[in-house]
Amino acid sequence: MQQETLIPKIGVVTDIRIDTPDVKTFRVVGLDGKKLFEHIPGQCAMVSIPGVGEAMFSITSSPTNEEYMEFSIKKCGCLTDWLHQMDVDQQVTVRGPYGNGFPVESALKGKDLLFIAGGIGLAPLRSVINYVRDKRENYGSIQIVYGSRSKDDLVDYQEIIDEWMKDDGVEVNLTIDREQEGWDGHVGFVPNYVKELGPDIHKTVLVCGPPIMIKFTLAGLKDLGFTEDQVYTTMELRMKCGVGKCGRCNIGNKYVCKDGPVFRFDQLDELPNEY
Amino acid sequence: MQSEMIRRAKELLADGTVNRVIGWKAGEFDYDITPAVFTCPEQLDEGFLYNDFCQANVSKYLIKESRKEGKILAFLKPCDTYSFNQLIKEHRIWRDNVYVIGVPCDGKVDVDTVKQKGLQGILSMQCDGQTVTAQTLYGEEKFDKADSMSDRCLNCKSKKHVAYDELMGEEGEVLDSHRFDMVEKIEAMSSEERFNFWRGELSRCIRCNACRNVCPACTCEKCVFDNDASGIAQKAAADSFEENMFHIIRAFHVASRCTDCGECSRVCPQNIPLHLLNRKFIKDINEFYGEYQAGEDTTTRPPLQAYTTGDVEPSIVYQKGGNN
Amino acid sequence: MLSLAIAKLNDFFAALAAKETLYLPVDNDAGQAQYKKWAEGDTLSQALNTVRSAKDFFFPQTENLVDFKVDGKKIEVIDPRSESEDFVVFGVRACDARSFTILDKVFLADPVDSYYKSRREHGTIITMACTKPEETCFCTLFDIDATNPEGDVRSWMTGDRVYFEAITEKGTALLDSMKDLLTDSDDSAVESQKAETKKILEKLPFGKLKMDEFKGENLLKLFDSPKWASLSEACLGCGTCTFVCPTCQCYDIRDFDTGHGIKRFRCWDSCMYSDFTRMAHGNPRLTQLERFRQRFMHKLVYFPSNNDGEYGCVGCGRCLAKCPIHMNIVKVIKTLGVEQ
Repeated sequence: MQQETLIPKIGVVTDIRIDTPDVKTFRVVGLDGKKLFEHIPGQCAMVSIPGVGEAMFSITSSPTNEEYMEFSIKKCGCLTDWLHQMDVDQQVTVRGPYGNGFPVESALKGKDLLFIAGGIGLAPLRSVINYVRDKRENYGSIQIVYGSRSKDDLVDYQEIIDEWMKDDGVEVNLTIDREQEGWDGHVGFVPNYVKELGPDIHKTVLVCGPPIMIKFTLAGLKDLGFTEDQVYTTMELRMKCGVGKCGRCNIGNKYVCKDGPVFRFDQLDELPNEY
Repeated sequence: MQSEMIRRAKELLADGTVNRVIGWKAGEFDYDITPAVFTCPEQLDEGFLYNDFCQANVSKYLIKESRKEGKILAFLKPCDTYSFNQLIKEHRIWRDNVYVIGVPCDGKVDVDTVKQKGLQGILSMQCDGQTVTAQTLYGEEKFDKADSMSDRCLNCKSKKHVAYDELMGEEGEVLDSHRFDMVEKIEAMSSEERFNFWRGELSRCIRCNACRNVCPACTCEKCVFDNDASGIAQKAAADSFEENMFHIIRAFHVASRCTDCGECSRVCPQNIPLHLLNRKFIKDINEFYGEYQAGEDTTTRPPLQAYTTGDVEPSIVYQKGGNN
Repeated sequence: MLSLAIAKLNDFFAALAAKETLYLPVDNDAGQAQYKKWAEGDTLSQALNTVRSAKDFFFPQTENLVDFKVDGKKIEVIDPRSESEDFVVFGVRACDARSFTILDKVFLADPVDSYYKSRREHGTIITMACTKPEETCFCTLFDIDATNPEGDVRSWMTGDRVYFEAITEKGTALLDSMKDLLTDSDDSAVESQKAETKKILEKLPFGKLKMDEFKGENLLKLFDSPKWASLSEACLGCGTCTFVCPTCQCYDIRDFDTGHGIKRFRCWDSCMYSDFTRMAHGNPRLTQLERFRQRFMHKLVYFPSNNDGEYGCVGCGRCLAKCPIHMNIVKVIKTLGVEQ
């Protein structure tokens, strides 16, 4: 049967985890209780509540998770408001996977990896982090620098302290923007923290967060001696079709939904600055 | 007139009265003229144009332009000045930042009207006031200017400028036009005929929003038809009652504010006579509340925005509305 | 070559319409041509082209993609499509015929858009050579031969006869099925008409614009040109150019609650609209300059750089005729096409 890209599958929400005051993580399986489809870390899917809306979200679970998919979603609009107030067992529609994903089986293999995330920007990177943690032998060292406004705004905090921080060869550096009671970790913005940490400049970097954070982080990395072809990011633009046809996420001759969302910064240099 | 306008514009630029000029810019043919802002004498010499083909009403651009640094010189035709006044009244244009020169208008040649009459391949057109001469891919054609104008110019309501800082050329008078003739014809139809007339006309709508975007009365920061949450956000252009509602709601919203500039009908790619909806409202308002011309001044409150105890009762509206 | 007396054209339409739905350009109440389902009494418009392009046949302005039934927490997905019927479009011009190959490159590229594909498979296109181009025509700029259009069947109208030539298998089958009405003719009348029309095409004012600058290597240079500011200055931000354009294919997907189910439909959208790229966290194209630039960059640079240099324009001239402020692709080409 021909693949129908615009007709979605039904997913069932089996678990809802409250990550932060405005981020929840939704666990989704198909009607048969199995995973809806396979994906590559960094790929996205269109999730929808019919009549409310449909939007692109990155799949935050790792492909190595064989049971279900997860989406970490920040409450910021009509659809996400709806998703945040729904209960377990709610059905949603899902179509995908879309996009290129991170080159986990090619360019990233064997590399020392530095993940830099801000706020909800951890969501797309979590898929990669858990993937490389599960396939530890294929990759070098793992360093994660993650920051948010406050301790309460750190997405996946429990998973970070329970799992990531306990892994051998995984270094996690957390930071929050402002001093807070009960926080004895680092305080300061992510770009500055990265500079302070002074990571090995041979690492391959994956960065995601608010545009302003990405901008200053990239500048800081360059100051440290990193080059643009070492740094990957993942982008977000308005999307409707997910297959490079509706024209919405067009940047230059690329479509973020199809040719992205993962780009290396030297590739972005060849595109108009319109994102 | 054109060279006189350029001369005066250069003077006002030179003495610092204004730092920009809004007018019309020449295109590839004589008829494809674009509204444009000129900032220096060289630009004026290069492309500024004023002739029988300058149809566009530039008043609406002044909403944005008058908020910029410095004063802008605007050349306005008589009917444009009504839109200008209305926009002043609605606090959309910052009057202090605009220097208005009223320029005369003898009615503009409408290329769509000309093409509708079968003229093809028009490479150039000249008008001497009476006769239009066109050079086409298929030879020369001559025709009366009167045959080349759209309804809004044939039934011009006024050659008088209602707002200006100075005038060029001879000032005209408010005219006794026949602009409600077609409205009367439609009123005389049976309700079924009338319904079918409008359904037929509006069925051609492609929801391009040109009428709304060009309309000097449509100046909402956010149009209800662009608001997803409204439930009536435009986009699905099925031949449905919904399309019809788009135009009817728009007509209601501009009622008593519409100056009858006719831009909506000019820009409609499907030649829907949208101005007739507005004229119906104008005609009704004239009958119910007394003669009222939107944009005639900058202070009078539009009848639909001013309640008085003498206002007509809805039942009277109903009776007068033609219940046939 | 097969031919038919123009006087018999209505018999031809009737015979075609008896077999499958036939669409052709007919003059509407406003005196402009539009495609209409043929019915007895309809006559072919004499206009050069329709206001709306022929893309509607394969990419309609609104179409239902999927239906949902929502019951509490449960959702049911229903494919609303029924078996499509075959149809014929008569009188498509060369420019619009070429637009189909451009749309194919979008909708038939992997992953295939099955809604579009199905319509393409069910449609048969009978094109008609132009004899009286308008000043706004510039198809020659894109190597389109208006005297010899593409399609399943091409036709010419000259003197008192219509001549037909099948191009594809579908076209051959169609002409075969109409052979009772058609007679064998030599092609001398067609050849002389072609020569006649070519003389006019030579004179088109925009037939030979300079296009060398519009190539992938110049993407950033063109994007950053300061000239976009004055080009876009008067743009009203309406969707006229987009909606009359035969190659504009951007769309929106929206849900409509019918009261007893949700219909998810797609409809034409325009990159000229302010909300086209608006997201919860901002809009990458904040002013009309960016939106205006996107439309022309897409047609002149982005699309060709992904499609072996083929431009996303067929020179039909609709935007030249219909833009409310007379700003159009020709003016953009002329302004940016000079060495910067």
